[in-house]
Formats: sequence, structure tokens, C-alpha cells
Amino acid sequence: MSGASGFGPNPWQQTSWDWRAAGNYICGGAGTGLLIASALIGTPAPASLASPDWLVFAGLALVGLGLMCVWLEIGRPLRAMNVFINPWTSWMSREAIISVVLFPAGLAAMLGFAGWLWVTAALALGFLYCQSRMLPAARGIPAWRSPWVSPFFLLTAACEGGGIFLLLGLFHRRVTPTLLIAFLVLSALRVLVWQRYRSSVEPSLALPAKRALDRAGQQLLLFGSSVPLLLLIAGTWLGGPVQTLLLALAGACAAWAGGYIKYTLVTRAAYNQGFALFRMPVRGVRDKP
Amino acid sequence: MTRWAMTADLRRCVGCQTCTAACKHTNATPPEVQWRRVLDMEFGEYPNVKRVFVPVGCQHCEDPPCMHVCPTTATKQRADGIVTIDYDLCIGCSYCAVACPYQARYKTDKASFAYGDPLQSETQRRDDSRLSVATKCTFCVDRIDAGLAAGLKPGVDPAATPACVNSCIADALAFGDLEDPNSNVSQLLQKNQSFRMHEELGTKPGFHYLWDKADT
Repeated sequence: MSGASGFGPNPWQQTSWDWRAAGNYICGGAGTGLLIASALIGTPAPASLASPDWLVFAGLALVGLGLMCVWLEIGRPLRAMNVFINPWTSWMSREAIISVVLFPAGLAAMLGFAGWLWVTAALALGFLYCQSRMLPAARGIPAWRSPWVSPFFLLTAACEGGGIFLLLGLFHRRVTPTLLIAFLVLSALRVLVWQRYRSSVEPSLALPAKRALDRAGQQLLLFGSSVPLLLLIAGTWLGGPVQTLLLALAGACAAWAGGYIKYTLVTRAAYNQGFALFRMPVRGVRDKP
Repeated sequence: MTRWAMTADLRRCVGCQTCTAACKHTNATPPEVQWRRVLDMEFGEYPNVKRVFVPVGCQHCEDPPCMHVCPTTATKQRADGIVTIDYDLCIGCSYCAVACPYQARYKTDKASFAYGDPLQSETQRRDDSRLSVATKCTFCVDRIDAGLAAGLKPGVDPAATPACVNSCIADALAFGDLEDPNSNVSQLLQKNQSFRMHEELGTKPGFHYLWDKADT
């Protein structure tokens, strides 16, 4: 019966955002992560009008899929253009505006125009940053109010993008030792930042939210970090065609763990703080001091 | 300047829900949508049990998180502090609903009626512009504006006062201008101790809960 900060009913799970909202964070994060990874880590393949860079296409497709999820969520989809109106204060507007520029830039990069891959990666980073600020701006959900949410979203997107890059390594064959090292460092950092985030929200969370986050945290540690590490070691040790397969599996695990934890954050752990009475009403005769 | 605000005296509220009914009647909200709610809270264990009735709804915050996150500027704040929603701009993304720490916002995707088929009154007052968009308490802004235009004083003259305040049988709810030291809410806040819900979030609600008389 008692709330976190006084008297009041127990918090309950928000019902306004469901898997469709989570889909934007999952696909948008992974897609922008892949775009950034393609620019930073992968040696750009010689793209041309005849043979566009399909990695950029995959990144853009993921971002587009995420935006499609949001479009399915909103109550008035035919008014979707109104989302651009308030870039002064709304991170959702800022994200939407960047997405409008991101897709043409990505198209130019796909077609091999010089320098546009870097422009696309910069825009993807901007998109990702806006997305990472959206949850903390919503003050109704204690699990979203931590200043560690934004760094975690940035890091996990990098891991998810790197993971998908590894997964698609089955086809593009651009996986390098530098990428593997960067991937491992980012995966370890992601776990560390997650733990900082988890500590920061501990005092304000409802019990079911804590349980949901802890379950997701275990998955992150297991499938987002430990299993990929073991697979990378095994792949490096075994070499040959098995290596590519194991690296792809490691990437898939890391991407899945990131998606799962974001889904948990947006839906299962998204409890409000209920109502809390700072004071009880004093009725009748006052107690004597 | 004017800053409209409401007070709820927790010592007086008896949980009769008349304010809820009056709000629904005035604003024609559909079933399960209660812009003015009264929570029934119980604390403690027998025999030391306390029961408190707590009116809640949009707190018309001075720093409303719902307005800042709104991507469409549908949620606005007037100069007098009232937070409004433009139903023609809202896209129904519900970002405001998760941003509100007071669970004050509703989104209804389909028209629904109290007894299945719409009653005559429900048909007459049906407003599809409020479907699939965010809705919430407006402090009966239309009544306030019309009252002011007619030279009435909100919080004093019933025709210019929010319906929930008018209907309160226990005089637990009051409405008025915080900037006017002689208004009923200013006087109540001066004579009583009060708090605001989730004040630690920095939203500066325009809804004050009275819980004891002022220390003398």
C-alpha cells in the first residue's frame, strides 16, 4: 500500500506504450548502430549505381521499420506530419526531423557518392541521440528518469549495430580484428553502464519493475556479453568457415540482448510512481505534543 | 497576472465522487475516462486503519512535462497557467501520457457508451475529435473564459467555476487565482498547511492538498 515516497497506492504499469513504441527503440537503435558501424569499422565496399551498399540499406530499413512501428502506435496516423512541429522542446520531433534527412543521405551513400557514408553516420548518431533522450524526458516513469538511460541507449545501439554487422559478416566478409576488439570493449562497457543505471534507479522503482529489470539485466550479462565473448574466443581459436558462423552467432546474441532489454525498459519495467501523500490529513482533535 | 489553481482539503473530502460525476456530465467523457477522479486509499492494519479520499486529475503544472515532450505543440500552457490540448493537432502518440507523473491523460480509440448503445444525450454530445487523441481535465476552461467575459469571478461565481468545484458537497474543492492574495485558494493556503503531489519532480503543480491548519 505504501509508495516509494510516502503514503499512496502501488504504482502500476503504463499501458500507453506497447511493443510498437518499443519497436522504434529496438529497430531504430540497431539500424543507426549498424549505419555507424558500417562507416567506422567496415571498410566501405565499392558501391555504385549497379551495386549499392546493401549494409547501409539494411541500416536504413531497420530505422524505417522502427518508424513504421511508431506510425502504427499513434492514434491519428494521417496527421503524422504534425510530429515535426515542436523541435524546440520535444526529442520526438527532433528525431523525426533528423530521420527526414537521414534517408536521402543514406540513399546517396548507398549509391556510392563520396563522403555520404560519413554524413549518414553522423545523422544516424544524431537520430540515436534524440532517441536516447526521449525516455528520460518522460518524467512519469521512474525507470526512465535516470541520467544513465541516455548513455546506455547509445552504447547498446553501438553493440546492436556491431552485432548485426557481425551477423551480416556471413555475407559481406568485412569483419576485421579491430572490429572484434571494439565489439568486445563496447559489450563490456554496456554491462558496466547498465549496472550504473540499475543502481541509479534502485530507490525509486516499484518491485515488479525491479524484477523485470533484473531479469533483463541477467539476459544482458549472459547473451549480451558472456556468450558473445565465448563465441568470439571459440571462433578465433577454431578459424576457418566455423569462425564466420560463430562470429555471426555472437553478433546475433548481442543484438538480441540489446533489443530485449529495451523492450523491457519501455514496457515491462515502465511502472509509474502511483500517487503519494506527503502528509496524512489531520482530522478531529490534534495529538498533544 | 493570473494563476488559476485548485485546492483539495483532504480533511473534508468524503469520497462521494460527485465531482467525478459532475465532471463527466459537464465534459461528456466516455466510460472509464475520469478527468476528475477520487482515489480511495486505506493505510495501516486493523485496528489502526486510516482512510483518505484524494481527488486527482491534471495538476496544471507550472512546468508541465507533457507540454515539453509533445511533438506537435498540441499541448499548450496559457498565460493563466491552464494546460490545454488542441485536439486538431494531437497525433495521439501518448508521449504526454507517459510523461505525466499524475496519470491524468487518457486516449480512447473507439467511441464507447455507458449502456452499449448510445443514449440520446450521448449521441447529441458525441465528439469524434476527441477520439484517438490525448484528453484530460481542462479546469473547465470554457466556463472560466465565458464567465470572465461575462464579468464573473472564477472560483466565486458558479457559472465561471469548474464543475467539480461547484458540485463538491463537502466544500473540499476550491478554485481561484493564486496571484490574488484575497482569493479563496490564497486564503486557504495561508490558513492551512498544504503539499503538492510528487513535488520532488519539479513540475510545480497547480493543485494543492490541504492536510492541517496552519501552525500558530
